Amino acid sequence: MAEQIKGWDRNQMAARAAEELQDGWYVNLGIGIPTLVANYVGDKDITLQSENGMLGMGPFPLEGDEDPDLINAGKQTITELKRTAYFDSATSFGMIRGGKIAAAILGAMEVAENGDLANWMIPGKLVKGMGGAMDLVAGVGRVIVVMDHTNKHGESKVLKSCTLPLTGKAVVDRIITNLGVLDVVEGGLRIVACADGVTEAELRAATEATIV
Amino acid sequence: MKKIYGSAQEALDGLLFDGMFIAAGGFGLCGIPELLLAAIKDAGTKDLTFASNNAGVDDFGIGILLQTRQVKKMIWSYVGENAEFMRQYLSGELELEFNPQGTLAERMRAGGCGIPGFYTKTGVGTVIADGKEHKDFNGQTYILEHGIVADLSIVKAWKADETGNLVFRKTARNFNPPAAMCGKVCVVEVEEIVPTGSLDPDHIHLPGIYVHRIIAGAHEKRIEQRTTRKREDA
Repeated sequence: MAEQIKGWDRNQMAARAAEELQDGWYVNLGIGIPTLVANYVGDKDITLQSENGMLGMGPFPLEGDEDPDLINAGKQTITELKRTAYFDSATSFGMIRGGKIAAAILGAMEVAENGDLANWMIPGKLVKGMGGAMDLVAGVGRVIVVMDHTNKHGESKVLKSCTLPLTGKAVVDRIITNLGVLDVVEGGLRIVACADGVTEAELRAATEATIV
Repeated sequence: MKKIYGSAQEALDGLLFDGMFIAAGGFGLCGIPELLLAAIKDAGTKDLTFASNNAGVDDFGIGILLQTRQVKKMIWSYVGENAEFMRQYLSGELELEFNPQGTLAERMRAGGCGIPGFYTKTGVGTVIADGKEHKDFNGQTYILEHGIVADLSIVKAWKADETGNLVFRKTARNFNPPAAMCGKVCVVEVEEIVPTGSLDPDHIHLPGIYVHRIIAGAHEKRIEQRTTRKREDA
């Protein structure tokens, strides 16, 4: 493979993903880069859901203020806000399954051109479990994937079809990677934007999926 | 009827048997019934099937029962950071049933509500849907999932009154109410038992009808991932 094209870093990807969120939305952010999206919502009125039973998730606590009864879905200590509401897991997934959450931003191991998503296991190697990801991708209004465009071997993670067990079938709406932004449309993926310093030719070359 | 017991061991007396099915509350290490899990370890009950979102860590939560090989099967959604769990699964010693987290919560809630099955879009087109009934509603495909009824529920709440009305605290509520609802018998551990009448009836999270036995005790409440901001940054 030719020299690695860089494009956006983690924070720039998170900032680009934050542009997707609209004022008034209730949103679920996954673990990893999606968590950073919260730092870039600016003045928009966004309420973050944590699927372990909370709406209105606040930032990490100040040192010494950690509360073992107050964690996010990544098991990290967090804080509450004035608007916060707590509820049980069945209610939490009721609002997810019921389509009340406007969008989920989550990471992926692989995404396919028809919107298939794989992010929960590698057979024989890694058993993480799907957690709430299958419920989220099946239930929320809009599914946005944020991930590196290629794996550590330089191979595309944006594929014609996924090789790993699926988290959801034809569920992804938009893909944001270090190289650009792609939408899942009829017949394949459509380029929405290239990352800073990345040409369309470079984005196409790094993508296995059909670009229409 | 007296619901308050002196210890976890007393509260579980006569309820445990080999091969039984236990539903446990908690998410990660948050809101787990740590006192009751320790008592089940001490009782040595074997071949247990657990329905629980996670399996704890190696030395806390359900992890302590994996170390003693008391668990035969886990119905769960996420492994977390449990090396012993991974080892037992990959070597075939432990049987696993993968459940999407919301499906697991709804299976418990439904089982407790007398609903034997429900249809959900979650997992359609994935391995989760293999062998399950598919049905279309309004042009969308759903799969049939079954309600869970457990032999025993073990849950953790913040406060109980003497009749078993429960109040939970912050995100420690999580799977505890649905787990409590789906058990034929439900044993609850709390940080404090308060006099009946001292909880605001409008602020009860789970009514005492679901609760059969209660114990109070000190909880370790371990933090799995301590994340903070520096005070000078605030």
